[in-house]
Amino acid sequence: MKSWLTTTDHKRIGLLYFWTAFSFFLIGGVEALFIRAQLAQPNGHLVTAETYNQLFTMHGTTMVFLALMPLSASFFNYIVPLQIGARDVAFPRLNAFSYWVFLLGGLFLNASWLVGPLFHAGRLNVAPDGGWFGYANLTERQFSPGPNIDFWLLGLQILGISSLAAGFNFIVTILNLRAPGMKMMRVPVFTWMTLVTQFLVITAFPVITVGLVFLMFDRFFGTHFYVSQSGATPILWQHLFWLFGHPEVYILILPAMGIVSDVLPTFARKPLFGYTVVVYSGVLIGFMGWGVWSHHMFSVGLGPIADSVFSATTMLIAVPTGVKIFNWIATLWGGDIRGTTALHFAVGFIAMFIIGGLSGVTHASPPTDLQQTDTYYVVAHIHYVLFGGTIMGLFAGIYYWWPKMTGRLLSETLGKWHFWLQFVGMNVAFFPMHLIGLLGMPRRVYTYAPELGVSDLNLLSTIGAFLIALSILVFVVNLLRSRTHGQRAGNDPWGGATLEWSIPSPPPVYNFSVIPTVANRLPRWKTEHHEPMRDPPAAPPGPIHVPGGSWWPMLAAFGLPILALAPLTHTLWLAFVGAAVLLAGIFLWAFEPFEV
Amino acid sequence: MTEHSHPTAGVYLRVAAVLVILTVLEVGVFYVPAFHPVLVPVLVVLSAAKFTLVVMFYMHLKADSRVFTFLFGAPLLLAAVVMVALLFLLLGALTLRGAAGAG
Amino acid sequence: MTTHATHTSLGLDNRKMAFWAFIGSECLLFTSLISTYLVYKGKSVVGPYPHEILNIPFTSVSTFDLLMSSLMMVLALAAVQRGDMKWGKIWLFSTALLGLVFLGGQVIEFTEFVHKGLTLQTNLFGCTFFVLTGTHGAHVTVGVLWLLTLWVRALQGKLTSAHATTVEISGLYWHFVDVVWIVIFTVVYLIQ
Repeated sequence: MKSWLTTTDHKRIGLLYFWTAFSFFLIGGVEALFIRAQLAQPNGHLVTAETYNQLFTMHGTTMVFLALMPLSASFFNYIVPLQIGARDVAFPRLNAFSYWVFLLGGLFLNASWLVGPLFHAGRLNVAPDGGWFGYANLTERQFSPGPNIDFWLLGLQILGISSLAAGFNFIVTILNLRAPGMKMMRVPVFTWMTLVTQFLVITAFPVITVGLVFLMFDRFFGTHFYVSQSGATPILWQHLFWLFGHPEVYILILPAMGIVSDVLPTFARKPLFGYTVVVYSGVLIGFMGWGVWSHHMFSVGLGPIADSVFSATTMLIAVPTGVKIFNWIATLWGGDIRGTTALHFAVGFIAMFIIGGLSGVTHASPPTDLQQTDTYYVVAHIHYVLFGGTIMGLFAGIYYWWPKMTGRLLSETLGKWHFWLQFVGMNVAFFPMHLIGLLGMPRRVYTYAPELGVSDLNLLSTIGAFLIALSILVFVVNLLRSRTHGQRAGNDPWGGATLEWSIPSPPPVYNFSVIPTVANRLPRWKTEHHEPMRDPPAAPPGPIHVPGGSWWPMLAAFGLPILALAPLTHTLWLAFVGAAVLLAGIFLWAFEPFEV
Repeated sequence: MTEHSHPTAGVYLRVAAVLVILTVLEVGVFYVPAFHPVLVPVLVVLSAAKFTLVVMFYMHLKADSRVFTFLFGAPLLLAAVVMVALLFLLLGALTLRGAAGAG
Repeated sequence: MTTHATHTSLGLDNRKMAFWAFIGSECLLFTSLISTYLVYKGKSVVGPYPHEILNIPFTSVSTFDLLMSSLMMVLALAAVQRGDMKWGKIWLFSTALLGLVFLGGQVIEFTEFVHKGLTLQTNLFGCTFFVLTGTHGAHVTVGVLWLLTLWVRALQGKLTSAHATTVEISGLYWHFVDVVWIVIFTVVYLIQ
C-alpha cells in the first residue's frame, strides 16, 4: 500500500490515473442521468432549478477535467514511455506530483456537493453552478454570492497545476528519452499526438490561469476585471476562457485520435496510411486550434470582421481533420480486418466524430450558429465529438492496452455488448438533441414547457442516456471479471507493430531488459523493407537501477488544496500553512537523493 | 553535458553596458518632447533590443540548441499574435461601439 | 541533486529542456496579464491615472537594478562553471541582494500609490497595475528564495561546479523575470 502512495513508476501512476479518472467518469455520468431524468418530461420537478444548475456545471467540469483529460493521461503515463523505448518519464517524481494534485483537486471540487452546511447555505450542495465555462459577470460575487463559484475557480487552478507539470514532463520525455534509432518520424502516432497535446496544455493553461486569477480577485479582493460599471467588460472573460477553451477541446480529442491511429493498423494488419500526413495534420490542428477561439462568441457581437475571420479559420481547421479521417479509412481499406472490440470502438470513433465534425462545420458559419448557439444543437455537437469521439477512442485504447497493463484480456463477448449498447445508446441520447435544439429548446434550462413540442424527443434522449449507463455497467463487469477470468495476454496478444508489444504484460518494473535500437517505424512487423526486431531478452543482462519511491511529491501536492482553502473559508493563516507545506515538500524533494 | 565555449566576462560586461545605454535612451525618449510622435515605435524597438540581448547572451540561447529556441520562441510568437488579436478585438470593439455594452 | 549520464535523444539536459518549455509557458501567462493591462488602459472611470502617479525616475533605478542583477547572475554562473566557489557565492548573493532591493522598491512604490489613493479596488488602472506588477514581484520573490537557497548550499560546501546546470537553470529563471520587467517598464511606465 505504501508503495502505491510513494510510487514514481509511470506504470503505477498510469493505473492510479485510470482508476481515479474512471471513478470521476462514473460520478459525471450519474450527474448526467439526473439531468436526463429531470428533462424526460416537461415541467419536471425531480430536482430544483438551483440543483439542476449545479448538475450540468459539475457534469461538464467533471467530464472535461476529471474524466477525459486524466483518462488520456493514464495512457500518456503508461504507454508513451513504452512506445519510445524508455524506462520511465523524464521526471518521475513530478509525474507523481501531477497525479496527487489531480486527485486532491478533484476531491476539492466535488466536496462542494456535501459541505453546504459549513457555509451556512441552508442546503447540502453548494457545487459550482455557473456552467463549466463560468461566464462573467454571473460569476461575480454580486450575482453568485455563495461559495459555489469559489470551489470552481480554486478547484480549476489546482487542476491546472497538475496538467502543466505533466505537460513539461511529457514534452521532455518524448523529445529526449527516445530509444536509439527512434527518430521523431518513427514515433507511434499516439505518442506524437501526446506531444502536440502537451504543447497545447502548456500554452493554453496559463491563459485560463490568468482569467481565473482575475475572477478570484474580483470575488475576493474587490477588483473590477469583469465589471462593466468600472469600464471593464465581461467579454474579456469570454476571450480568456475560450483562448484556453478551444485548445482544450483539441487537448481532449488529439489523444483519442492518436489511439485510433495506433489501433486501426493493428487490426487491419496494415501500416497506417499516410503516417507522415497524419502526423503533420495533428501538428497543424494544434497550431490552427489557436486561431479559432472566437467561434464560441459569434452571438456576442464581435462585429462582421472578427466574425468573418474566425468563421474562415474554423472552416479551415476542418481540413487537416478531414485528412486524418480519409487516412484512417484508407488504412482499413483492403486490410485483413479482425473485428475485435478495440477495432469496433476505433471505427465507431471515426463514424461518430464525422457526425460531430459536421455539426461543428455548421457552427462555423455565424448566421447559422446564431440559430444554434445556446440550444441543444450545440449539446448534440459536443457529445458527438466528446462522447462519440474522445470516449469511444479512449475505450478503444482500454480494450487495446488493458492486456498490456494488467496481463489479462477483457472479454470480447462482454466487449461487443458494451460497444453496441453504448453505440445505440449514444445515438438515441444525442441525435435527437440536434432536432430539439433546432426546435428551439435552450441549453442549461432545468425544464421546458410542453408547448415547445420537444417532450417526446427529450424522453427518447433520456432513454438513450440510460442505455449508455447500462453499457457502462457491462464494461465495469468486464473490467472486474477480467482480473480473475480474463485470458492471459502474453507479450503481444494482438500482433502489434510498436515497442510496447515487445515486452511482458504487465511489463517488469524496468520495462525493457535491454533498451532496443529501433530501425524503422514498425519495429515488430515484418515488412517488404525489413525483418521484425528481436524482442528484448526475458531477463536483463545485469542489474538495472530503478528509482525508489518518494513521499515528497504527495506532501507538496497537499500544500495546494490547503492554500485554496484559505480564500474559500476566509482564513488567512491557512494560506501560510499551505505555502509552508508546499515549500517543505519542494525543498525535501529537491534535496532528496534520487537517481533516475 | 555538451561543452560549448562560454562567453568571457568581457562579453557579459559589454552586454551590460549596452543594456544600460538602451535603458538611458528609453528614459531619454520618454522625457524629450521632440520624440513624442515616435515614442511608441522607438520604445518598442529599444525594449525589443534589450529583450533580445538578455535572451541571446545572458540566457545563452544564441549558442545553445535550436530546440531551446523553439521551446521558447514558438510560445513567444504565439503570445505576441494573441496579444495583437486581443487588442484588435477588444479595443476595436470598444472604440467603434462606445463604452456601453462593449460590443 | 545529481543526474547520472543516461542516454538522451537530443543530447540535451532534461531539466534545461523542461525549463525552457516552462519559460515558453510563462510567456503566455504574462502576455495575458499585459494584454489585459493594455485593453483596459484609459478605461478607468475614476482616477488616479497613470500619468499622475507613476514615478519614472524611481522606476528607472529599479530597472537598472534588475539589469545589473542579471549581470551578477551570469558572473555567478561563470564562476560556478569554472569551480571558483568564492566568487560564485559572492555573485549569487549579490544577485539575490539586488533582487531584494528591487522588491524593496516595489514595496515603497506600492505604499506610495496607496497613500495617493490608488489601491487594487480604486479603478481599472489599480486592478491591472497591481495584479500585473504583483505577479511579476511574486516571481522575483521566488527567484530570490531560489538564489538564497543556492547560496546557502554553497556556504555549506554542497554547491560545486558539478551543479553548474542547476545554477544555469536558476539563471534562466532570473533572466526571464528581468526580461518580463523590461516589457512591463516599457508598456506600463514609458508608454502612457
